[in-house]
Amino acid sequence: MERSAEQPKTRSGPIEEVEQVVIRFAGDSGDGMQLTGSQFTHTSAVIGNDISTLPDYPAEIRAPAGSLPGVSSFQIHFGSTDVQTPGDQPDVLVAMNPAALKVHLPDLPRNARVLVNTDAFTPQNLKKALYESNPLEDGSLADFQVVKIPITTLNAQALKESALPKKQTDRCKNFWALGLLYWLYDRPLEPTLDWIRGQFAGKAELAEANATALKAGFVYGEVGEVFTTHYKVRKASIEPGLYRKVSGNEALVLGCVAASLLADTPLLYASYPITPASDVLHGLARYKHLGVRTVQSEDEIAAMGIALGAAFAGHLGVTGTSGPGLALKGEMLGLAVMTELPVVVLDIQRAGPSTGLPTKTEQSDLLLGLFGRSGDSPVVVLAPATPADCFAIVIEAFRIAVKYMVPVVVLSDGYLGNGAEPWKLPRAADLPKIDVRHPNEPKGFMPYLRDPRTLARPWAVPGTPGFEHRIGGIEKADKSGNVNYDPANHQRMTELRLRKVEGIAGDIPEAAVEGPSQGDLLLLTWGSTYGAVSQAAKKARAMGRSVGHVHLRYLNPFPKNLGDVLRGYEKVLVPENNTGQLRFLIRSRYLIDAFGMNKVAGQPFKIREVLAKIEEFI
Amino acid sequence: MSEERSAALSRKDFVSDQEVRWCPGCGDYSILAQTQKVLPSIGIPREKYVFVSGIGCSSRFPYYMNTYGFHTIHGRAPTVATGIKTANPDLSVWIATGDGDGLSIGGNHLLHTIRRNLGVKILLFNNRIYGLTKGQYSPTSGLGKRTRSSPMGSVDYPVHPCCFALAADGTFVARTIDSDTKHLAMVLERAARHEGTAFVEIYQNCVIFNDGAFDSVEKGDDRAVHLVDGEPIVFGANREKGIRRKDGALEVVTLGNGVGEEDLLVHREDEPDPGIAFHLARMDAPSFPVALGVLRSVRRPTYEEMVEEQIRRAREEKGPVDLDALLRGGECWEIK
Repeated sequence: MERSAEQPKTRSGPIEEVEQVVIRFAGDSGDGMQLTGSQFTHTSAVIGNDISTLPDYPAEIRAPAGSLPGVSSFQIHFGSTDVQTPGDQPDVLVAMNPAALKVHLPDLPRNARVLVNTDAFTPQNLKKALYESNPLEDGSLADFQVVKIPITTLNAQALKESALPKKQTDRCKNFWALGLLYWLYDRPLEPTLDWIRGQFAGKAELAEANATALKAGFVYGEVGEVFTTHYKVRKASIEPGLYRKVSGNEALVLGCVAASLLADTPLLYASYPITPASDVLHGLARYKHLGVRTVQSEDEIAAMGIALGAAFAGHLGVTGTSGPGLALKGEMLGLAVMTELPVVVLDIQRAGPSTGLPTKTEQSDLLLGLFGRSGDSPVVVLAPATPADCFAIVIEAFRIAVKYMVPVVVLSDGYLGNGAEPWKLPRAADLPKIDVRHPNEPKGFMPYLRDPRTLARPWAVPGTPGFEHRIGGIEKADKSGNVNYDPANHQRMTELRLRKVEGIAGDIPEAAVEGPSQGDLLLLTWGSTYGAVSQAAKKARAMGRSVGHVHLRYLNPFPKNLGDVLRGYEKVLVPENNTGQLRFLIRSRYLIDAFGMNKVAGQPFKIREVLAKIEEFI
Repeated sequence: MSEERSAALSRKDFVSDQEVRWCPGCGDYSILAQTQKVLPSIGIPREKYVFVSGIGCSSRFPYYMNTYGFHTIHGRAPTVATGIKTANPDLSVWIATGDGDGLSIGGNHLLHTIRRNLGVKILLFNNRIYGLTKGQYSPTSGLGKRTRSSPMGSVDYPVHPCCFALAADGTFVARTIDSDTKHLAMVLERAARHEGTAFVEIYQNCVIFNDGAFDSVEKGDDRAVHLVDGEPIVFGANREKGIRRKDGALEVVTLGNGVGEEDLLVHREDEPDPGIAFHLARMDAPSFPVALGVLRSVRRPTYEEMVEEQIRRAREEKGPVDLDALLRGGECWEIK
């Protein structure tokens, strides 16, 4: 916690102002930690803090209660200053049971505050968490400020009037804990009370129980004399405007729907359920009133084929998946390259290879996205930087796909997909229209007659008289599109497909540098590492270091000026959540001796990790 | 194209300018010719036809049709067709596939397309061999089939395409043969007019790698039975034999000696239970004649109809939303 001036006592205890706080809620996967975290997030956003979140949950639907693999957590970083990551280390850990304590303790800095639900520290639970002695009693927590509260008991006392069975009232204890944290960080209860009213409409007893638990936790903070101080986090100086909280996957959903409206063209999304991409399917399935068609296909290959068929039929065809699914889509994506149809593939990357760590993040599908097909098959590859950027990037993906008649792969990841941040809502009028053109002059029509500027072939749609034509995976003759095995034609067509994608570099923004445009060290990033690396670079510059940062949203083609930018620095460091895929590309493309900072732990970078690496290089 | 112009369509309108490159004598020619002959009579304008195919000899089909066409990849034609038909239910979407393409590499997609009752026509050219890869056994080749990849005989049991389609609850399942052009045209026309998935197995002779595979069906009057809706199942040169149901199974009976047509199984295309159609589809030499014709034809809402209905209902319930309203759909707050 970064503390500032002591404030006068306003309520029962002294109130202290802090700039930024990181809280981690951890409990059993049935304890409602994701809900608790998201309510805390929403309330913090509403009162004007900047926020960033990191949900972390087990791959198992419901691991045995109280076990180590069953621990679910939600970390939120909120502050009055620029917040770009969910925070390096928690200032506060709320541990609802021994397993949660055991799993998360190694992440805590010395002196961190640990709130434990003592009721859960039974011999049985301690055994499940593989504790040999009770950590609350054996002195092993001496480095931390441990706050022991019998949350289950206190919650049960608060709800003793409730007519609900005990099992149900016990489930309200997460709201009791939330209420306590609201008191501790001076948050209003109203946003969550509003939410409870909406969520349990028609279930008055449940609504009442949850609201009572929340208030009881808050009051306990006030009168329980457990805390000597409580804290205030001022509003961040956030640009004025209308905001909503958005996760990367929600932003992809909204981006797809927005693209459909901006292109005045219906959207068809085909997908096979896969973590962490399924939310995009769930989200889009709710927009049928806007003409969105969603197909839950039999497999990943089918999803890609359905999206491609929809693109042929004149829709915005899009599919979404995660790494193993992208591997399956490869053959069909090659067909998209050959038939030059506008189709968008969203890859919410997760840790690999194979099934890997399904619920953990990684950015190791870059080379798969770029090259994972037979033959020379260039596709456009884009990557969002933040959860909210997922919205803009998917609109950009469709703009490029439609304008150039190319498949576009968007590389999000689990960290962006599930993480959330406040998003300043754009105005529809300020968003770029997507210009969809279908040929209307049958005379002289040829399916592979290209626009000389973009090299795009015409998008002639079945159902339009006079444009009947055949396309397919076998090499096509330049212009006529007839099946063609001529060696010179294959050379020409291969080069045309490549040149078309390379040419898009003229239609995208140049690489922009944060910090000095020349200097000792350049940090080069892509995708979800943006927040941590950007913050680390800022801190390094504040310490007087000559550190620039370039973040790539376009991975193929690269921005035109990238080579020149890279050559402005003594050293180039590429932090990635993989073993060096972008570094590999940069080295081969620009013949620059780029260094890597590579973390494949299923977890995003921490600011201090990057800062330490910067120190190593300067 | 207007309906008037479509009314004047002829076979020639469906012939593309591409040179047909199947082996001389291939059964595919007959299927192509009958398709081109039947389509002008359906009343759908030419630009509304889309032919989608996978890989194999049969899958060159779209190039020879002067309609919209998409030659996709091995086994995946049903997926691309699903995208096309779901996006635009107004199109008449046809899938040309083979026994290997449809039932081996593409078996999964075929299953799901049929069980969804997607409004597409699936023409499965069954020559019981891999032609384009030069003569390996296919999923419909018989046990013991000697080929280049099974020199001692195949040890794979074959799949029966129509049984597969019926097991997937196909709403239109038929079988025909390339050499009987009239029958082929009749079945194609029935398929074209079916609403929902029309699955047509076409026995198709591969002159190079499996010549004469269906001789037993073609030669000899008691080797095939032509199913006619509402009529008892009779076959033989003098219509002297029939199919009777006994103890839940089928048997061949000879008419006379107290067995009359009234004892025979009456074919019902719209029988709700596909069980009898399944038994008919399995009939094979030497004990039974092979059943040709429409095994099953029932009406059931199609996939695309239900998709469109949900869109219509959602529009009615939620009304139109502009982009600004869409973005503000979540819990918003104002920073001043």
